[in-house]
Amino acid sequence: MKINNLGYLIKEGFHGIFLHGFMSFAAVCVTIACLLIVGSFSILAYNLDVMVDKLNQTSEIMVYVDSSLSDAEARSIGTRINQLDNVQKSVFVSREEALDNFVSDHNNNAAFNGVQAQDLRHRYVVTLEDNTLMKQTDSQLQQIPGVAKTNAAYELAEGFTTIQNVLNIASVALIAMLLVISLLIISNTIKLAMYDRKDEIAIMKMVGATNSFIRLPFVVEGFTLGMTGAILAFGLEWVLYDTLVERISSVDALRLFSFVPFTGELLIPMVATFGAAGLFVGIVGSWTSIRKFMDV
Amino acid sequence: MIEFTDVVKAYDHGTHALNGVTMQIEDGEFCFLVGPSGSGKSTIIKLISGELRPTSGTVHVNGYNLERIRKREIPYLRRTTGVVFQDFRLIPKMSVYDNVAFAMRVIGAREREIRDRVPYVLELVGLENKAKRLPGEMSGGEQQRLAIARALVNNPSTIIADEPTGNLDPARSFEIMSLLQEINNLGTTILVVTHEKDLVQLFSKRVIVIDEGIVVSDGEGYYDED
Repeated sequence: MKINNLGYLIKEGFHGIFLHGFMSFAAVCVTIACLLIVGSFSILAYNLDVMVDKLNQTSEIMVYVDSSLSDAEARSIGTRINQLDNVQKSVFVSREEALDNFVSDHNNNAAFNGVQAQDLRHRYVVTLEDNTLMKQTDSQLQQIPGVAKTNAAYELAEGFTTIQNVLNIASVALIAMLLVISLLIISNTIKLAMYDRKDEIAIMKMVGATNSFIRLPFVVEGFTLGMTGAILAFGLEWVLYDTLVERISSVDALRLFSFVPFTGELLIPMVATFGAAGLFVGIVGSWTSIRKFMDV
Repeated sequence: MIEFTDVVKAYDHGTHALNGVTMQIEDGEFCFLVGPSGSGKSTIIKLISGELRPTSGTVHVNGYNLERIRKREIPYLRRTTGVVFQDFRLIPKMSVYDNVAFAMRVIGAREREIRDRVPYVLELVGLENKAKRLPGEMSGGEQQRLAIARALVNNPSTIIADEPTGNLDPARSFEIMSLLQEINNLGTTILVVTHEKDLVQLFSKRVIVIDEGIVVSDGEGYYDED
């Protein structure tokens, strides 16, 4: 293939899109549909992951301080607690604050009128970096002198971790499956477009065209169709996601669900994913589809 | 030059299409290849165009040894031979001009060369006034002229015409054969595969008769189907 042909071949690639308008339209529609499904599922999986992560962060360890310690001694334990690797933060709750919280949590029930702050212990509310290490951190906390007792909800933390792991595995498997299905559908659509042009390819071979000369316009065409599909799918995904999030946020019963904004941390990964997927299915789809028709 | 030496071609399913064909067509010759259906004519064309390789024996076409030719050399072999088919094989969405120009673009010709050469070739085949037409808007004879123009445009040393008059009435068939003869007079080797006995006898050229995969006769101007 000569360099002076390059412009002609690229022009031919674009020309082919309009010359075989219906097949091009079909290929773009299939790409949009597949990328929308893959994209929607990825966003849903990501949001669920973020939600589970947030819920997981609410699991804390309650550390009760030995009641024989003075207030100053009880407060000094905080330094030791914060020195532990897995501790994100610890909040000291005095016995007076604990009583206030206890009473207010029980709607100021008169039954607690006789309870004195001295009956309770000073305590720390400890938030962890990694809840999967809750058990080890709990043991370390119990080793600290002055700590009387700890209260950690291992089962809850483990439950969250299991849900997150299952979600991660399921989403990776489903996204991979959907991507393979998308590639097969797009490849087949491009194959149909190629079949439509098999006589043209045979004529090109007959008059002495090299394989790269024949392939390049189809690859340009595949790339353009793949990228067009990806850009349109990205735009649609954005609009659909924003609309859906707005609707969900306006329903009081669904306020529990918080969604990551599209323009925030989702934007760059989604641009990269849609771009790479469009590029991949367009180029790989056309390259593999044309091989069958080259052997003339 | 086309040279077959003891060429055998057996297909994968066991059919022997050629059983030891030996023939030589010199540069500048005009030659008919005739024979009944299934005699091996199409196999000979496919061997010449590099679509098939011989099972045994040697095939030389315009300097290429087809037994040893590398896959990436085949496009260059094909540029030395123009092929014309019974069904024309034109691109219906392209104009007459573009169908011919396309064959030049495919081999990397510059636009200026294309602008110079295509009108010349269209004039040679008598289609200079129909450059903007689509193939579907022309008669069978004109479409075959266009197919000849496309085969001719890259200045090949050989033109192979496979039943070029099979879809045409006698008057158009005569025109096409006359055109091929004119091209031959300019120095291009012509090999015409045909069934049409009358045309073969009318043009009085060398006739190679093939039957059951072997050359049964090779001589000037006479073709007896028996």
